[in-house]
Amino acid sequence: MKAVERRLLRLVPRRVVVGLGVLAVGQGVLLVVQAELLVRAVAGLDAGPLPWLAGVVAGRAVLAWAVALVAGHAAARVKRGLREALLRCPAGETGAGGVAGSRVTLLTRGLDGVDPFFTGYVPQLLAACVVPVVVLARLAWADWASGLVVAVTVPLVPVFGALVGLRTAVLTGRQWGLLERLGGHFRDVLAGLSTLRAFGRVAHQSGVVRELADGHRRASVRALRVAFLSSLVVELVCALSVALVAVPVGLRLLDGSLALSVGLLVLVLTPEVFLPLRALGQRFHASAEGVVAAGEAFAALDAPLPVARDGRVIAEVGAPSLELRGVTVRYPGSREVALDGVSLRVDAGERVAVTGPSGAGKSTLLLVLAGLVVPESGQVLVDGVDLADLDLAAWRARLGWVPQRPHLFAGSVADNIRLGDPDADDGRVVEAARAAAAAEFVEALPDGYSTVLGEGGAGLSAGQRQRLAVARAWLSGGPVVLWDEPTARLDLRSERVLVDAAERLLAGRTAVLVAHRPALVAVADRVVRLDGGRVVAADQAAPKDATGAEVAA
Amino acid sequence: MGWGGVTGVWGVVRPQAVRLVAAGVAGAAAELCGLGLVAAAAWLIARAAQRPELAALSLAIVAVRGFALAKGTLRYAERLAGHDAALRVMAELRGRVFDALAAGPAGRRRVRDGDALTRMVSDVDAVQDLLLRCVLPGVAAVVCGAAGVVVCGLVAASGAGVLAVGLVVAGVVVPWAAAVAGGRAAVRAAAGREALAVRSLDVLEGAADLAVFGAADRFAARAGDAAARLEAAERSAARVSAWAAASGFAVQGVTVAAVTWAGLRAGVDEVGAAVLALTSLVAVESVLPMAEAARRLREVVPAVRRVGAVLAAPPEVVPAGPVRVPAGPLGVELRGVRVAFGGAVALDGLDLRVEAGRRVAVVGASGAGKSTLLAAVSGDVPVVAGTVELGGRPLSRCAPDDVRAAVRGLAQDAHVFAGTVRANLLLARPGADMARLRAAAQRARFLEVVEALPDGWDTVVGAGGRGLSGGQRQRLLLARALLADPPVLVLDEPTEALDPAVADALTRDLLSEPRGGTVLLVTHRLAALDAADEVVLLDRGRVVQRGRHEDLLTVPGAYRDLWDAEQLTTTV
Repeated sequence: MKAVERRLLRLVPRRVVVGLGVLAVGQGVLLVVQAELLVRAVAGLDAGPLPWLAGVVAGRAVLAWAVALVAGHAAARVKRGLREALLRCPAGETGAGGVAGSRVTLLTRGLDGVDPFFTGYVPQLLAACVVPVVVLARLAWADWASGLVVAVTVPLVPVFGALVGLRTAVLTGRQWGLLERLGGHFRDVLAGLSTLRAFGRVAHQSGVVRELADGHRRASVRALRVAFLSSLVVELVCALSVALVAVPVGLRLLDGSLALSVGLLVLVLTPEVFLPLRALGQRFHASAEGVVAAGEAFAALDAPLPVARDGRVIAEVGAPSLELRGVTVRYPGSREVALDGVSLRVDAGERVAVTGPSGAGKSTLLLVLAGLVVPESGQVLVDGVDLADLDLAAWRARLGWVPQRPHLFAGSVADNIRLGDPDADDGRVVEAARAAAAAEFVEALPDGYSTVLGEGGAGLSAGQRQRLAVARAWLSGGPVVLWDEPTARLDLRSERVLVDAAERLLAGRTAVLVAHRPALVAVADRVVRLDGGRVVAADQAAPKDATGAEVAA
Repeated sequence: MGWGGVTGVWGVVRPQAVRLVAAGVAGAAAELCGLGLVAAAAWLIARAAQRPELAALSLAIVAVRGFALAKGTLRYAERLAGHDAALRVMAELRGRVFDALAAGPAGRRRVRDGDALTRMVSDVDAVQDLLLRCVLPGVAAVVCGAAGVVVCGLVAASGAGVLAVGLVVAGVVVPWAAAVAGGRAAVRAAAGREALAVRSLDVLEGAADLAVFGAADRFAARAGDAAARLEAAERSAARVSAWAAASGFAVQGVTVAAVTWAGLRAGVDEVGAAVLALTSLVAVESVLPMAEAARRLREVVPAVRRVGAVLAAPPEVVPAGPVRVPAGPLGVELRGVRVAFGGAVALDGLDLRVEAGRRVAVVGASGAGKSTLLAAVSGDVPVVAGTVELGGRPLSRCAPDDVRAAVRGLAQDAHVFAGTVRANLLLARPGADMARLRAAAQRARFLEVVEALPDGWDTVVGAGGRGLSGGQRQRLLLARALLADPPVLVLDEPTEALDPAVADALTRDLLSEPRGGTVLLVTHRLAALDAADEVVLLDRGRVVQRGRHEDLLTVPGAYRDLWDAEQLTTTV
């Protein structure tokens, strides 16, 4: 944890730290001046200093305003920096929706949790370093005896705070599991409400919810009794220190060895020495959640980036031949190989269907061909040129890419179709949609091609999303098609129109189709079967029966 | 702000009102001790300067020490008592929310989806925030402010008047203005956050598509813009909170100066002036937390209102004079059943008759209506048109509890509760003995899983417990369904997440078990369906093919297509 806080602190620009330090000195000085003016007015029964006092107060208000502004802007700036950095580093394997989702939560609400660290803890940290010193100096100058008492008792605040904090951490740590279990019960029964209903256990659980919530209360109060002790101890130390200063001051006033103005000044200034230190502890606890979020962000930023390869050879136009030579792929963190020495040749203009059980490595094969996954060993050749030597962007510009779960972007249907060619005009978008058999459902949407899709294309069926992906591939017009058919079964009509669209898309192109249905296999010239990352059957002619005769293996 | 939805929540808070007020008074007393500490110390010093007898000061000396000790202790008591009272409210509130959701009609219970569930739980927790961070500081501020005014009033009436004005400005006007302005800034920031969430999801989840289509830089720039706009919104929120902090300070200082000035004009002595200055300082200090409380209040009130709406929602309608569901095996019949979710039609005039005791497999594309069919038979979704009959009785006229007792099994949203494996199974049949448990587990292929678990039947699973793999979880849920052994057993993808060989063997067992009642089994694997009495193929909410597996395979059509597709992905 300590390391995370130090790293967060380093993110604050130096001039912000210096600025906050200067402001803290200003706060300390004004605090002293304010106390002196107040004392002069009170002890001298003189309204003269009061306008000055008002001026000092205005100065303190301006400083408070400046501190909040500087800290708030620094927080916004650091968060933006972290957000942009996080956007640049990949969220994990493609299609791992959960990973991207939790990354988005971290990017937005998660990082907002860092606010209390920058707006609360950092300024308070500087104030706690500066203000007590300034105030104590004035205090000691006014009355060295009181200054000595305060100087001796001030260190007790952090010492007691830390001691009690350590002890309570041990005690509450022991209860944490119990608290978590009891507290999580409500969520658990809400999540399982329909199960409880189905088995007629609702009435019983209704009592259990209250019972366990009450158990949670008792356990919480037990834990809090100890947890609150730390602030009680700190508060008592502060209060007793004030009393320790005040009573002797009173007695010395009594025997005339101290002037009233000095006594009052000591009394007003003493609590101000302790205040920043007490507040620091509270700020520190309030920023704990954000520190956890920052830790997650740093972990994501520190994760090693996948190796990127990029050559400079720009391949010729026209449908190329593709060849895999002994390609082996292993995903980071996995001991199993996804592809195990796969060799496969696809001639120019040939269509190859890849089949096999789930986990056989079919989708990985397409990712390798698109240059999205770099093989551990082996080569991918495009017209005889190693993919590693090709200009990746130029190679990808030649791909028609139809993934299993196409991501639909926040934007209009038309913009989603022209993803690969943002300058395509509306006519070409409609043409692409027609070719992909998507025109009919798109035109039925409330705003047709201008309909803005919900998050991740919510509201569209799997078949419709796939057809939009086909339209995308059609519009980008590359001579190579890489198509990953969804495993989820589409309804009969969607499946028929997709196969028709496939015929149109594939004409004159080199294609690798990961097929889960006989209908798409029938579109191919040849079938390759993968199992356990290996090619188990390579050169079968595809059955040409449109209803899909059995594929013998 | 209206308080309409909050009345239901008030009903839960009221029984704890005494405890809450006690906590609030303790908090106020702690603040007053702070006030007393400063005032007594000031009096002590100012009086001592006038050189009275020591005896005249001894009370003040004791008071200073007493106040110091009492302040910390009372603060401690307040926090503990406040949390205790708030958690008591939470216990009852959770119970009531659970009851309200459980008693609601079928559609409303779907809080399964993670976000809705999280929001519901945090909405309920917001009530705790309301009590601890808005109500209690409010009570303390009012009591202290009043006490400060009284103390000043004893010294100089005009000073008290000035202090009252200062308190209202610091405790009401500034917090209100800050909350309004801050609320506006918060709305802008929330919109910025939303935009960033959408854009960054595009960049992160669509990374592969963007890379292939060469659009990665374009979309990264869009997400960067969203981050920049969010930063701008956050900066304006920071400006508002900076103004709020500064105003608090300014009002405090001006009030102290004004009160002292008023006291001096009224001719108070040194002691009186000291008391006035310090009292007003502490009194204003105690109302400054109202700015934070007001900000919280704005955040919390919508959540509390949503909780109120849940509590106030009408319960499920139970038919008057319900007919009894007959005992023994039951037939199921659906005639022209239509079910729609929003605009989407899930069942589109579906007709299906299943004789008592028959084992029927339901197959079809995703979204074809398979799960909805099971839900319609269990009375779990409202039927728009057509009728569902159970043993010849219309479902709509049966008591919902009766229907649920007759039709149950394994639903898509079946839940593994945090608890022991045994408790999770016993949910289906609370009195079942060990032999029955073992028999059900055996049939579901779950017994081998239990025996491999570290604590066997007493292993804690579910949230916070031991993680089960997808396959183990599925077998647990199936064992629970089999233990229930109802007249009509509905199983939605019971072998999902199992490896295909085990899945097929299990499906075959389920369909050919000699004892037991009617079975409706939804599956996406066809290999074992020769064991079914009948197979029903759904497409777009209608039955498109039905018959025995062998017969369906002989004719070209959708079922044979499905079969061929399965062969493509079968390991040979």
